[in-house]
Order: sequence, then structure tokens, then C-alpha cells
Amino acid sequence: MIVTFLSGAIRLSATFLYGSTGEIITEKAGHLNLGIPGVMSVGAAAGCLSVYYLLKAKIYSSLLLILLPFLTTIVAGGLMGLLYSFLTVSLRANQNVTGLALTTLGVGLAGYLMNRVKAEIMIIGKASQFYSTLFSIDSDNWFVQIFLSHGILVYLAIIIAIVAQVILNRTRLGLHLRAVGESPATADAAGINVTGYKYVATIVGSAIAALGGLFTIMDYMGGNWEYILEGFGWLSIALVIFTLWRPALSIFGSIIFGGLYIAAGYINGITFAQIELIKLLPYAMTIVVLIATSILGSKKAQPPASLGLNYFREER
Amino acid sequence: MNTTKKTREPLFHLIKRTNVPMWQAWLVRGVTVLAAFLLIGLMSFISLKINPFKVYSYMIKGAFGDSYRIMRLLRDLAILLLFALAVTPAFKMKFWNIGAEGQVLMGAYACMFCIFNLGGKINDTLLIFISLAAALVAGSIWAVIPALFKAKWNTNETLFTLMMNYVAIQIILYTIKIWVPGGTGVLTPTVYGNLPKIAGDNFWLSIIAALVMTAIMFVYLRFSKHGYEITVVGESENTARYIGINVKKVIIRTLLLSGLICGITGFLLVAGINHTVSSTTAGGRGFTAILVSWLAKFNPIFMIFTSFLVVFLAKGTDEVMTMSGITNSFFSQVVTGVMFLMIIGCEFFINYRVVFSRHIKKATVVAAVPVTEESAAAETLEAPVNDTQADASEKEDNV
Amino acid sequence: MEYVNAIEMKNITKTFGSVIANNKVNLDIRKGEILSVLGENGCGKTTLMNMLAGIYYPDEGQIFVNGEEVTIRSPKDAFNLKIGMVHQHFKLVDVFTAAQNIALGVKDNGLYSIKKIATEVREMGSRYGFKINPNKLIHEMSVSEKQTVEIIKVLFRGANILILDEPTAVLTPQEIKTLFAVLREMKKDGKSIVIITHKLNEVMEISDRVAVLRKGEHIATVETSETNEKALADMMVGKKLNLNIDRKEPVNPKPRLIIEHMTVKNRDGINAVDDVSFTVNGGEILGIAGISGNGQKELLEGIAGLQKVESGDIIFHNPKKDKPVTFFHKTLRKIKKMAAEGCFHDPEGRKINFDGYKNKEIVRLVNEEKVLFYEDEIIDLRHRTPREIQELGIKLSFVPEDRLNMGLVGNMSIIDNMALRSYRKGKSIFVNKKRPKNLADKIIDELEVVTPSDMTPVRRLSGGNVQKVLVGREISSSPKVLMAAYPVRGLDINSSYLIYNLLNQQKEKNVAVIFVGEDLDVLLALSDRLVVLSGGKVAGVVDARKVTKEEVGLLMLSNAKAEEAEAVKAELKKEGTVVPVEENNSEEVIAEEKEDKE
Repeated sequence: MIVTFLSGAIRLSATFLYGSTGEIITEKAGHLNLGIPGVMSVGAAAGCLSVYYLLKAKIYSSLLLILLPFLTTIVAGGLMGLLYSFLTVSLRANQNVTGLALTTLGVGLAGYLMNRVKAEIMIIGKASQFYSTLFSIDSDNWFVQIFLSHGILVYLAIIIAIVAQVILNRTRLGLHLRAVGESPATADAAGINVTGYKYVATIVGSAIAALGGLFTIMDYMGGNWEYILEGFGWLSIALVIFTLWRPALSIFGSIIFGGLYIAAGYINGITFAQIELIKLLPYAMTIVVLIATSILGSKKAQPPASLGLNYFREER
Repeated sequence: MNTTKKTREPLFHLIKRTNVPMWQAWLVRGVTVLAAFLLIGLMSFISLKINPFKVYSYMIKGAFGDSYRIMRLLRDLAILLLFALAVTPAFKMKFWNIGAEGQVLMGAYACMFCIFNLGGKINDTLLIFISLAAALVAGSIWAVIPALFKAKWNTNETLFTLMMNYVAIQIILYTIKIWVPGGTGVLTPTVYGNLPKIAGDNFWLSIIAALVMTAIMFVYLRFSKHGYEITVVGESENTARYIGINVKKVIIRTLLLSGLICGITGFLLVAGINHTVSSTTAGGRGFTAILVSWLAKFNPIFMIFTSFLVVFLAKGTDEVMTMSGITNSFFSQVVTGVMFLMIIGCEFFINYRVVFSRHIKKATVVAAVPVTEESAAAETLEAPVNDTQADASEKEDNV
Repeated sequence: MEYVNAIEMKNITKTFGSVIANNKVNLDIRKGEILSVLGENGCGKTTLMNMLAGIYYPDEGQIFVNGEEVTIRSPKDAFNLKIGMVHQHFKLVDVFTAAQNIALGVKDNGLYSIKKIATEVREMGSRYGFKINPNKLIHEMSVSEKQTVEIIKVLFRGANILILDEPTAVLTPQEIKTLFAVLREMKKDGKSIVIITHKLNEVMEISDRVAVLRKGEHIATVETSETNEKALADMMVGKKLNLNIDRKEPVNPKPRLIIEHMTVKNRDGINAVDDVSFTVNGGEILGIAGISGNGQKELLEGIAGLQKVESGDIIFHNPKKDKPVTFFHKTLRKIKKMAAEGCFHDPEGRKINFDGYKNKEIVRLVNEEKVLFYEDEIIDLRHRTPREIQELGIKLSFVPEDRLNMGLVGNMSIIDNMALRSYRKGKSIFVNKKRPKNLADKIIDELEVVTPSDMTPVRRLSGGNVQKVLVGREISSSPKVLMAAYPVRGLDINSSYLIYNLLNQQKEKNVAVIFVGEDLDVLLALSDRLVVLSGGKVAGVVDARKVTKEEVGLLMLSNAKAEEAEAVKAELKKEGTVVPVEENNSEEVIAEEKEDKE
């Protein structure tokens, strides 16, 4: 029981981990992308549609069926990121407003396309490509069940989070990126291409977040398109605050969020109503963390100093 | 330094505009809205295969086709406007309250809570007043909590209010499952505590409320002392403190106002329109309202037009979908998103001027004469004119 | 081919909107020299140098590096040309360590290793004589440490041309000495150094040549050895420095504000104002001298109620004697209580205590202005909010240092900015715009504010006009105490004189004027008495008519980190400068002298 619960928590955690890692990278460049729910939706839709068209063309190569949706999702997410960064970086539009509009567009676009194409009937059958376990070990061993029974995208999420953590804290690239988010004027004066960093961070971040959408639909939902990505997107943004802008910490934070989301199914005698209260916990916990960090005021736990502010060099 | 590298000027650079006339700014926005409509027509044509001109006539028909449609349009306009009014004072103060969704939901929830528990047990008129009071209290509590933390510890309000939305949604889902045990999870409309119908329609009250609130909010922000304080706090907190404005008090007071309006909106949604509550009672309008308010430059009168734009698009595209025989509620969301993003983008051309450099300067080779002290002094004193560059003076191109 | 000039700037013009910051400026920087760029605040020195650093792009003109025409579009281009600039406002990331900041933007093909960078930083420090801990976080550093990081940052990129924007403004004398030693060391190393400054003595001490700018134009570049301070000052200000400020003797000065043992902590919890006591009289200008950042800001903000006062008292003597009491700030109950304490007299001079009076009668008497104060009202301002201080009728008018961020709202019109002080008046819930409009028009007219209209946002006005609007508004409320912090910073000579005259007018109206300034010449010419702050303490209260500039300068340094001050003093003694007062007694001695006079 506990084993299946933990296994399930880790599985669902990938959704939040992709979303939060992507958002952390974006926020580290000083941009609060509230369009993540839209990005995840569009990413998922792009991936699903590519599977659909592959099947329609009667191509059943397992490799292609994983690789192509993977790529289309990244490209679609990246394009959404490009749109966001064009508006906020180049056109210096208000970040909150742009993000919300992007969510409106993204959720709408994904819903519209999926609804029009009615792709899921065909893709459900092929979704197992995603959730079939990567390490084909069939065992009752608890360790294998918890940690080694997941599809490829779960492990990829953890790898990406670790890589992001290392890049942010251990490389010059990360140092520059953080400088851009903390103080773009300083970074600019240091000869760092602020615009370039902001664009790349937003696009890469969106591409990663989009993978969260693909994972959710193809792996977690088993190919069923359901209107859940918007909520998962907001939870991912919550996770960023919850883990204080640290991707490595997000690995554990996302498992907590995942666990809370599915906890209801593992508690005996729980009512339907109580399930909803448990689902409230991730948000409540995030609020607590948000309040605690602001009261403590520790420099290390604060958002990037220029988060939400656009940079204009010649401002006088 | 690479000596063979041609010297270049930047391709263009940006200048911040400070004095764009009002009419010019609104002209840019107007043109953008027209362009967005053209794009929407094109999208409908490509995606739905209907004649783009018909698209517009369908849209107009969907919005104004008959009195029923007009009523729906007005009702939705009124509700969206109320949402926008609620977020506006906070935004003017640069307090990014994106929690109107949750604040309205809590108002609606409190109203329904009273009706559910007291309905039929007490006089219906009394019930209406009790549920209104409950809605006002609940809405304002939900808004004031983040404000208190913002005022006291500078807690990030954008993220806080965002989270509060989902807490509100979960509370409603929880309660409904208690109210409707084992059922569909849908609360059937109640017969108690309904607002009276005016002119045979129960929407009028919401419409009138929205109009009155718009006028009050306009006056409040433009002429009142509170409104003046909100502007000062929004523009410069330091100056506000310096002239003796209690910034914390203003933040809390303003959010209290936001919460009260949200409470009223929630009350109208339940008692006046839906007679029930669900997690989608606010229907994302808390977010849309942010865009509506921002596009209107936080001016309540302009917000009538921006909310109209949004509602018109929704109603219009619904009709387009119906006429094209496709049931897909997401198209209006796509269209709204496109419209928003285009208007957001166009603000750039109001706030900045792009200056292109028309020519590329050729690297001028200067004779390598070691400068003696005398000649250096003479040069700097006389400021010689460089003839070769006279004709190459930079030309600026306004965009 | 070897060039003598590292950089040549030719016909450089840069405008911001309608403001011409630089007009056809020509300047050259030689290899291995220290060049001072001298000029008053706002003469375009920093803008000119920013164009070398890639922050701004010139509208017209050419820049040559080693005889080759170049285009500097960004700081990166500047680095590639081995030009590095240390800005006045440090461009450092607060949450990074020194080494991380130094690593920013450095191109290095090797693996990124912060340890390696830290080692190199230490090496560089010992080469030029810096002291630095590469692993210290910036937000834990002192100003001087931050500056060191900035300089090393520039050197680390292999800059051959170093531009320093007002590097000494924030340093103690000892730190300045160290800095200059480092600069000379770098010069020996063949680097060209440009110092932007407006301090003549430093120019003479450190530079090989001086370029003088005035109002965006290049006036001349001269050899330091062939000029002197006076000649430079003449070039800098255009006309002879003639501080002919009309200073009248204070008429009937009586204590207006008595500061007793006041202590104010700054954000880091350090006593920025440390046990400060002094008295300000009505009808005089009290100057406050000191190196900037020695508690001036906290002192004024503490008095104005904008900062928490940890201990001490601020006693305000409201000149109410023989003036009628009103209900404006006092309730009927309060007035009755005060009457019982014998605070009021009637027009004939008899005491009133309202025994047996009906409330109605009292209200009538007060409204007919027949209840007069027996003595001046004495109020402790501590623990009062800025608003109370205002509403009690204590017109503490305060001209903050940062005008557009504190005092005015840049995006609001002149009229709306006038309303900032008066909008609360009246019971109406609406803001009265008529009074502010009249006031705005009056100020525009009387102070000759250059503006398209009274509806223009103040952000669009020039510095001098912004200051006029602010000071105009502050004195319009007929204050009893007027505090002005650096009111002429960034203003041209004419505007400055206009402000001086306004302050003098206030003095003649028996206002107690507190003037915080940075230019000692002005402080000495304008003030009646001078409080010298050093390290948050009062180093001395002196008669501005008698004291010399050198004496004040010495007082300014007296409390600066004890041993450094000792060193400076020892040196001054060696050089034969007379130290007029013993450091500990100085305050009392001079203060007492003054009080005897009263």
C-alpha cells in the first residue's frame, strides 16, 4: 500500500517537476511567467497531435512514437516561450498581464485543437509507450516498485532538475543567468547579453514545462485528454515558491505535491469531501512557505530581485 | 581588437516616449483591435472554413441578434465589469491582486452557505440581507489576508493571491460534496433567497449594480482623497510615507474595498443569476478582469468598453461556432487570447519610439600622428569640425 | 605604430530628449596617465564617460581607441577595447560573493571555477595593494569594500583604461589615501586612469592632466602641474566663484527645536545618529556639515517622524504665545484640561480656567479667538507619526535628497503634486483641486518654473525646476521649521542662488531653517551656526561667521573610525595645520560659547 502510494507520488511528481524546473529557469532570468498553464497545455496538445498524425500515417515505429511527440512538445513549448519573451523582453509588456493572456490563449488553443481533432481515441492505445517502465524489471521488491517502475519521462524530469541545479549554481552560465535576474543593469554593465539570456531562459524554461504537459497526458492520464493541465500548471508555479527557487529541492517538493494529490485514494474510509480538503494542502503549504520566507526575510530565500520588472537600459 | 572589423552602429535603438497625446495612444489601440478582428476572421476562415465576412455578421448576430442575446451580453458584461472594478483600485496602487477569482468565489460561497442553511427557515427578504452581509464579509476577508501580510512583511501578493484562489476552490468543492453527498457534485439551484426580478428579468439588478459601481469607482479613484492616496502610494511609496500617508493602512483599506466589491459580485452571481454555487462560478473571470482593467488603463469608464470587447468576442465566437456546426467552447478563449496579446504588444509602440539608423558609417582612417602636448591642447580648445562626417550625420526615423 | 593617446573622443554629442548632455566634446586620454574629468554636478561628465563604457551611444561624433575608430554599442564592446568603468552606483549583485561578481561576464575558455577566480583575485589584490575577501557576500560589505570589488572587476577583465565615477564621494579620508596609492600603482603598470570628480583638491593631488567640462561642453584640458585650484574653479563654474550670499544677523533667535540625545538606527541596526543634541533657533539658518552618509539623512528623517527614534527627545517650541487657540487640532475636552492647567489667557491678559463655563460658551469664546495661549506650546515630536507632526500644525517642511522618489510624484502633474501637502484639508471626501492649482500657478510665476503648463508631470521638468516646485510647495505652508537636505544638488548656479534666497527669506520670517549641504563654501556663507556631524555624532557646533573651512573639515573627520582620524590628525599636525580644539571637548566648548552669546 505505502509502496504503491509512493510509487504513484513519484510518478505524478514529474508533472510538477517539469513545470517548476521550467518556471525556475524563467524566474531566475527575472521573468514571472504566469503563462505556464497555457504552455503546458499547448505542449501536451502538440505532442498528442503528433502521435495522432503518426498513427494516421500508419507509422508505428516505437522510437518515432516517443521521439516525435517529445520534439513537437519541446518546439511548441519553446514557441510559447518565444511569444512570451518577445512581448515581455523586446516589447517590455507587463509580465503578469502577458502571462495570464498566454494562459488564456494556450489553454484555449490546446482545448480547441484536441476537441476538433478528436485524437485521443487513437492515441490512448499508444500511450503505453510512455508509461511502460523504462527498466523492464518485474519484481515485487519495494525499491524496484517505488523507484524503478516508471516511464522514461519521470526519470528525464529528475535528470533535467539536477542538471538545472548544477548549471544554475556551478557554472558560469548559471552565474550569468542569476545575475540577469537579480540585477539586469549589473549584468548588462558586465557585458552579459541580458536580452539573449532572458530569451533563452524563457524559451528553454517553457520547453521544459511543456514536457510536463506531455507527461501528464501521455503517461499519467494514459492518453486521455482531460482538462486538468491548467490546475497542474498553477501548482507548478506554487512549487517554485515552495522550494525556494531550487530545482534540486523541487524533486522532493514535487513528490510531496504528487503525494498529496493522490493521497485520498490511499486513506481508508475517507469521504469525497475530505479528498478535496487534502487537495487544498499544496496551496496552503505554499502560502505558509511564502509567509515564512517573507517574515524571516533571509536573503537566500527571496525571489530574484528583479522578478517581474522589465529591463530598459536607457531608462533615466 | 580585431582591426578588420567594420565599425557599425546599432541597427536601431529605443527611446522611451514621455508625451504621447491621448488620442494617438487610443488610435494605436483602436487600429490594433481592428487588426485583431481581421486576424480572428482569418483564423475562423482557415479553421472553420467559413466566409470571413460572414464571421463578422455571425459575431454581431451572436451578440445583438435578439433581445435574449442582448440580455445575456449585458449580463455577462455587467459581471465581468464588476470583477474588473474589484481589481482596479489595488492595481492602481501597484498591488498585483490576481485573486479576484477566489475573492468572488468566497463571496458566492458565503452567500450560498446562508441560503443553504437558512433558506425556508426565515423570511426570504431577511435571508437576502443576511446572505449579502455574509458575502461582503467573506469576500473582504479573502482580500485582506494577503494585504495584511503585504503591509506587515512585504509578502509577495501576486503569488499569495494566486494561491488563495485555489484554496477557495477547494473549500467550495469540499462543501458541495458535503451538501450533495454521493451525488453528482452539482448543487441544484435554490428557490430561496433569490433577488427579485426587475422588468421580468432577474439580470437587471446585476446590470444596474455594475453601472452604479462603475460610476462610484470612477469618482472614487479620480476625485476622492482615498483615490488620491492610492495613486500616490502606487507611484511612489517613499513620497507617500514622506507626506504622512500610512501606506499600510491604505493597502489594507484598498484591498478591503476590492474584497467588498468581490463580495457583492459573488452575491449577485448566486442570488441574482445562478442561484447555486460551484468551483466554476467565477469562471476564470478573475483573471480576465485583470486584463480588462489593465487594457483600460485602470479607468472604470474605459473598462466598460474593454469588458464589452471581451464579452462580445465570447458571444460572437459562440455564434460562429454554432453556425459552423461545431461545438467547441474553446474557440472563444483562443480568440480572446489573440486579442489580448495583440493589444498588450501594441502598448510598446505607445511607450517607446524605435529609432533606426539609416546608414552604416565607414570606418574612417585617421592619420597616425603622435599628438604633442601643444596640439592636443589646441585641438581640445578649438574643437575642430570634422568635414568628412558632416554629411553623415545621423538621421532619425520615427516609427 | 605606437600611439600616445589611448582614447580620442571627437565631436561627441549626446542628447536626452531636449536636454543636451554633451555638445561636440573632444577629449583624449593618454597611455599611462591619470586624467581628471572635472565639472560641476550635471555638467555631463558621467554621460560622456558612459559613452566610452557602452552604457549610452553617442548621437554624433567618433571615438578612437589606439587611433582606430571604434563603435561602442554595449559594455561588452567596451571590455573588448579594454575599457572598464566603475560607476558611482555600484553595479554589483547583492546576493553574490565578491568572486562571483568579479567572474560575471569574464570570458575564460577554461572550466569555470570560483576557487580559481578567488585565488587570482587575492593575487591581484596583493599586486596593487587591495585588501579583499573574495568569498564575502556583497550585501555584507562596506562601501569601500564594494568599490574595491568594482575596481578589481574591471582589472580582472584586463582593462587598460579605467574610468572611476566620483570614487571618493563615499570614502573616508584614510580610504581615499589607500585608493590613490592603488591608482598610482596601476599607473606605474601602464594603465590609463580617468577620474570623474568635482573636488579640486583631489584633482591637484592625483592627476597628471585635467579636462574641464561645463554645461555639457569641453572647456579645456590642462596639465595639472601648470594650473592651480583657482584657475580650475574658474574654468569649472565659468565665472569667478563669488558666494556673495546676503546673510543677515538673526533677529530675536529663540529655541524652536531642541534635539536631546537623539539616536536613530539605520537599516543594518547600526546607530546612524548617535546621541545627538543641538538646538535650532527660529530666525536662523542652522547648517549641517559632514561627509555624506554620516547620519544626515537619518537625523532629518528622525525629526520628521519618518524613521524610528530609538532614544532621546525632539522638543518643539510652537510659537503660540498670545495666539488664539483653535479647534483645528484640539478637542473641547483638551482645551478645558489645558485651561485648568493655566495654559490660556483672555485678550486682557487674565488667566482663564473656564470654571463654571458652559461648553457652549467655551466654544463661542474659542471661535471668537478670545482664548489665547499664555506661553509657547511645548511638544515632544518623538513617537508622533509624520502625519501627526504635520497635522499638529508643526510645519516640519522637509526637502528630501531624492526629489523624484521622495517628496514628489514624477508622473503626477504640478497641481497634483501641490495637493500632496494639502489634500487632507477639509471634511469633504473629495480632493480640493482649486487651492493646489492656485498654488501651482503662484509658484510657477514667482519662482520662474520653466514648464509647458501646470498640468505637466513633474518628471518632465529639469532638475532645477523640479527643485523649485518642491521647495516652493514646502515653504508655501508657512513652516515653523524648514529642513532642506542637499536642496541645490544638481542645480545650476542661478537656480542654486534662487534656493539660497528662498531659505534666507524663510529665516527672515522667523522660521528655523536646517540646511544640510555638501559644499563647505556654501554652508559657511549661508548658515548662522553650523552643526558638524561625524560618524553619526555631533563633532561640534560652531559659529559659521567665525569658523574657517579647515576647522570644519577637521571636525568632519573627528569621529571617523578613531584610528583613521588619529592618523589624519597626526598628519595635519605634521604639516603644521593648527588643530583648534581638543576632540572630546570641542562640542561643548563651542556650543557653550554660542549659548553665552545668546
